[in-house]
Amino acid sequence: MTISQTVFRAAMMDAAIDVPEGLLDGQGNPAGRRFSVYRNNVAVSLTESLETGFPVIAKLLGDANFKPIAGIYLRQSPPQAPVMMHYGADFPNFLRTFEPIKHLAYLGDVAEIELALRRAYHAADATPIAPDALAQIAPERLPAVTFTFAPAMEIVPSQWPIYDLWAYNMIEGAPKPQAIAQDVIVLRAEFDPEPHPLPPGGAAFLTAMIQGATLGDAAERATEIAEDFDLGALLGLLLSNAAITKITYEEQQ
Amino acid sequence: MLDAPSHFPALPCKPGVGYKPQHFAEIMENADPVGWLEIHAENYMGMGGRPLAQLRHLTEKFPISVHGVGLSIGGEAPLDPEHLARLKHLVSWLNPTVFSEHLAWSTHDGSYFNDLLPLPYTKATLTRVADHIDQLQNTIGRQMMLENPSSYLAFAESTWSEPDFLREVANRSGCGLLLDVNNVFVSATNLEYDPRDYIAEYPLDKVGEIHLGGHDEDEDDHGKPLLIDSHGAAIVDPVWALLDHTLELSGPRPILIEWDTDVPEWPVLANEAQRAATALTKVPAA
Amino acid sequence: MSKTVKSLAVAASVAAALTSVTAHTASAMDGKEKCFGVSLAGKNDCAAGPGTTCAGTSKVDYQGNAWTLVDAGTCTTIELPAMADGKARMGSLEELTRDLPA
Repeated sequence: MTISQTVFRAAMMDAAIDVPEGLLDGQGNPAGRRFSVYRNNVAVSLTESLETGFPVIAKLLGDANFKPIAGIYLRQSPPQAPVMMHYGADFPNFLRTFEPIKHLAYLGDVAEIELALRRAYHAADATPIAPDALAQIAPERLPAVTFTFAPAMEIVPSQWPIYDLWAYNMIEGAPKPQAIAQDVIVLRAEFDPEPHPLPPGGAAFLTAMIQGATLGDAAERATEIAEDFDLGALLGLLLSNAAITKITYEEQQ
Repeated sequence: MLDAPSHFPALPCKPGVGYKPQHFAEIMENADPVGWLEIHAENYMGMGGRPLAQLRHLTEKFPISVHGVGLSIGGEAPLDPEHLARLKHLVSWLNPTVFSEHLAWSTHDGSYFNDLLPLPYTKATLTRVADHIDQLQNTIGRQMMLENPSSYLAFAESTWSEPDFLREVANRSGCGLLLDVNNVFVSATNLEYDPRDYIAEYPLDKVGEIHLGGHDEDEDDHGKPLLIDSHGAAIVDPVWALLDHTLELSGPRPILIEWDTDVPEWPVLANEAQRAATALTKVPAA
Repeated sequence: MSKTVKSLAVAASVAAALTSVTAHTASAMDGKEKCFGVSLAGKNDCAAGPGTTCAGTSKVDYQGNAWTLVDAGTCTTIELPAMADGKARMGSLEELTRDLPA
């Protein structure tokens, strides 16, 4: 008899299904719990992959919750490619919709930060503009400038205090989360990505710039959302973290 | 990215280690007695960042062996064209000294299980594995080596012994072989045969690389030892003895120390490599 | 905003930004990573797992219908006051976690 990989997989992913017949030990007896080696390899390695990939979610839920949740997720959504660095791309959506934890509505957005950090870690390298490149541009031309951003830059918008939640669980001594909405930007100055909270209006500014808006227009859009939008502080953050890779502006006619 | 061709046309008959990023600084400073490094292909399939930057530095100093862990060469379905393309891209820019993969399957119906799953040694498997290796070798434009697995059970439907099966795959596809001596010891213990018989049967002339690693001990339903290929401990003495026996028959080969879980500090790994170096000094050059 | 005012505002912001830029001079290769575990995430390897006695072997409901949250993790210790503007649900983890068994 032939054991198809479909049959092997079904029993491997669900311990309630009998070990396929025709798997043996060295004496020709049924393999029995030897088959558990594969069941455990898959379940444990994927669970560990989720634990290392989503350390803040693991802390927020605690081991006793995270492990069974991971066991359910890994069976619903095993990796779709053999490149583990990207595993868990739909974990945020699972966290948002899985009934027993749906009320912890911030989990999905916090998980998005963790995915963004991983994507940023493996993102393409890019050379930032020289620190004084913006100083070389005549002040009256600055509003017409557009930016190209580093591939490692990621923006995670949220209605929840996701930066605080992230920091509280990852940075020793970080304060408890405040009851505010926080957008997060992930930046990679060199090789280590870091999340930063965006000031109100910051995400609108960046979204506009990413879509090709000029510095002046994007700043105006941000000011419409947040009157006290501090363009200087955000530009300082971007420049300090190698986020701007190209400046362009129209020559004046 | 990297324009220069590989400086290293062959792996030296010295110890190598599975590269771990936490050892980067020590390896760059003084890797002695380690003469080459192995990486897992799938960990270097990002677009940039530290992993690729480190690899660019390492490849200037060391012969690199790229060891694929996710191609699912024994899978019933056709090989994943996207993964073949990723492997081709990596091998093209890195130009490693050698490439190897496993006699196993890991992907089915588009899902990847992050494990090396076992195959029955039948005519159907033989045809499929040889075809897949042929396809891979054509894609990356070079010969690959195929590694013997660790077995925890056997298939009643198998009609070939594992060494015979691997020999036939190599004959049909033109691939080389990688011999994991720890896997031989693990499989022989688990399936109750003499590991020396396995080595005697193995086509050692096709072996371009030897692997060694640590295993864990468990037991089956009948209380019999069941060894697990954990790569998370020191190599045990009987495996060192099996290495000596193998080298006597094969002559010197590049020997890799694999340590993937509970990875120790560099000196511990270097010490394992030193033991492999000592084993190599006992073997007269081929 | 008039064009001149906008120019002045943007120019002032850029000037402020340039004085605040901090250089990252740490060597990329010194191995001192500040990556919050990201470098450890999503590794492929060819090691085998924990053997025969472990969670992967337990017969549980993998649909998760019967599973309920237990009191564990930092989500049960985070308490947020309701927002000043009355958006009580937003960030009000205290309310959210009240459902948890003690």
